[in-house]
Amino acid sequence: MNVLTDNLSLYGKGLLGTVELTVYGSLLALVLGFLMASFRVAPVASLRAFGTAWVTVLRNTPLTLLFFAVVLGLPRFGVVLPFQLFAVLALGCYTSAFICEAVRSGINTVPTGQGEAARSLGMTFGQTLGTVILPQAFRSVIPPIGSTLIALAKNSAIAGSFSVTELLGTYKTLNELGYGIIWTFVWIAVGYLIVTLTISAVFNVLEKRWGVAR
Amino acid sequence: MAVDPLIELRGVNKYYGKLHVLQDIDLTVGRGEVVVIIGPSGSGKSTLCRTINRLEPIDSGTITLAGQPLPAEGRSLARLRAEVGMVFQSFNLFAHKTVLANVSLAQVKVRGRGREDADRRSRELLERVGLLAHAEKYPAQLSGGQQQRVAIARALAMDPKALLFDEPTSALDPEMINEVLEVMQQLAREGMTMVVVTHEMGFARSAANRVVFMADGRVVEDRVPEEFFTAPESDRAKDFLSKILKH
Repeated sequence: MNVLTDNLSLYGKGLLGTVELTVYGSLLALVLGFLMASFRVAPVASLRAFGTAWVTVLRNTPLTLLFFAVVLGLPRFGVVLPFQLFAVLALGCYTSAFICEAVRSGINTVPTGQGEAARSLGMTFGQTLGTVILPQAFRSVIPPIGSTLIALAKNSAIAGSFSVTELLGTYKTLNELGYGIIWTFVWIAVGYLIVTLTISAVFNVLEKRWGVAR
Repeated sequence: MAVDPLIELRGVNKYYGKLHVLQDIDLTVGRGEVVVIIGPSGSGKSTLCRTINRLEPIDSGTITLAGQPLPAEGRSLARLRAEVGMVFQSFNLFAHKTVLANVSLAQVKVRGRGREDADRRSRELLERVGLLAHAEKYPAQLSGGQQQRVAIARALAMDPKALLFDEPTSALDPEMINEVLEVMQQLAREGMTMVVVTHEMGFARSAANRVVFMADGRVVEDRVPEEFFTAPESDRAKDFLSKILKH
């Protein structure tokens, strides 16, 4: 039991690390995911191809491999960033592929006629997407995006193997200090639950506020 | 009439794969004219209507609007679409926006009007179609006929040169058809240029300057309504009229 009270600041730092990775990674994933979904339905063929390639590559790559590619690969091209930023990049890009596909399925739930009506009024592709399609698509993709971001929070544990301070990585230090493995992991699990249940709660509120009324 | 052509189609062809849906269509719609397109299902009348603002691209031929050829995709096409209103069979109101916001949206985004100006104009138009009291409701709270009248107000809000109607009453209960047709009659009397794809023969007789009868992707007859309905020339039109006027 006293593993928590003795090491409150260590746990706190780990939890904070996981929260930071989750928040920044989620923001990046959401921005890129919506952007790539827009690309995938754009009237310009090269944008559609780019969006498809983005999703295909990132969705089918193991996340650990992606971490290696970012952490070891980017410095070779002269891109040297703090490890935490590398981790956010890897997590955000990886998750954006899943967000993109969720958003695209949401776009497909909006009747095509509404898009035609917007275009017939003289609205451009960007205006149609931004004011008519995405606001409605967003409502129907709140639940799957919630699941995807929860997965992101848990995936952030991989960053611990790449010198980033986060929750799971605290077990190494605690183990060396001689604490029992069971309680160490129980408190780590509680930390993850705090993060994931918070995401669930936020998305429940979003769904109540914005969800599609049927 | 038809001395001042607003919409001109010349030698228009369109294919869906191997299916030749529009075959050498020539059609001129004069300023202030009401042209009703009728014909059996699959005759290409809706497709024809949709090519006029390029919701359907064509494979060959030319379409001009007020002398300007239709531009390809992009901003110039969007600008041109703003000049030609369209009313759809399934209304296609923006489900997440109120009635007022539906009518105001494109005025703000496309015409660059201020929100207050746009809303004022929207209220005038909603008043005109008899729906001002419903301005703050969402489309799903309205009946089909009411939704279609909002859709007409939304198209009028762009001050279009012409209006296209693609079977505007086909998804409506009989009771609601009249409230929509009345609004259309009123527009016709005010001199709006209209292309109307419909099965409402009463409307064609009373409001149209010309009736265009289509079958199998071709314009078979293009005449004033009275002549067409009393003395159709082609066998295809005689057959069609005998079937629909029997009941």
